[in-house]
Amino acid sequence: MRLQVNGDMLETEAKTVAELLSELGITSGMVAVEVDLNIVKKKDYAVYALKEGDVIEIVNFVGGG
Amino acid sequence: MEFRKLVIGGVEFKSRLWVGTGKYRSNEEMVRALEASGTDVVTVSVRRVDLKKGSGSILDYVDTKKYKILPNTAGCYTVEDALRYARLGREAGLSDLIKLEVIGDEKTLFPDVIGLLKATEILAKEGFIVLPYTNDDPIMAKRLMDAGAACVMPLGAPIGSGLGIRNPYNIKIILETMKDVTVVVDAGVGTASDAALAMELGCDAVLINTGIAGAEDAVKMASAMKHATIAGRLAFEAGRIRKKLYATASSPFEGMI
Repeated sequence: MRLQVNGDMLETEAKTVAELLSELGITSGMVAVEVDLNIVKKKDYAVYALKEGDVIEIVNFVGGG
Repeated sequence: MEFRKLVIGGVEFKSRLWVGTGKYRSNEEMVRALEASGTDVVTVSVRRVDLKKGSGSILDYVDTKKYKILPNTAGCYTVEDALRYARLGREAGLSDLIKLEVIGDEKTLFPDVIGLLKATEILAKEGFIVLPYTNDDPIMAKRLMDAGAACVMPLGAPIGSGLGIRNPYNIKIILETMKDVTVVVDAGVGTASDAALAMELGCDAVLINTGIAGAEDAVKMASAMKHATIAGRLAFEAGRIRKKLYATASSPFEGMI
């Protein structure tokens, strides 16, 4: 399945948000995930099903003022 | 010497100096500067995870047990973007605190106060503790508080400019006309005397990023800002003498020969 993740196309086997994060090696809990502009709650990561063409944003914190 | 307590939206802040985490030469320098500043609250920005480098969060370097994390919406030019970043920040973070920025212009980074007001109203209704970065306009400060802001964060001068508190009289009017309102000077503080002035005016706290991170010795400047903030606040709480045009002798006339 092809997804757009943080602006880039990604071919993935991941079926859920949890599987996608695991595939990308993101283990920190201090991230937020948005699928097609909807924020996915952390408790839903394991059950939130991804579909072809989903636009996903994964964000965390960087230095800022 | 203890300050009066500072509580915003039910959250207690021990330090009246708040520090940004951007623009340090290295994460190690930032960690040392935060330590030297004595702060207990740091600002961070919400950005895409760099998938090539792994998570790489600033929070890998900031002890979240020691510092309260205040996410900002820096870089947002529309209400929609500011709401999106605020909501993502809350989901990624640890609290309802948001330093709300809706920027109006790239060159000055002055706030778009109309957008700011709208975003404040919406986020306050969603349960955020909204700390809006605004201009030094007392009327807008009142409007923001009426819209549900937890405090106001008027700029001293443009972000990163180091020009200091350009309009102390407006800041004073904000403080005098809204006595119960918490005022945190945000942006423009360039050196220790600027921070001390903000506190002597009666502001509740001061937020500094570039003034510390951009100094030749960021760690030493962090320490200077810490002491200036403490000195300024204590001077305010102590109640300064009134200014007069002519001299008053400090030594008694009695007993003179």
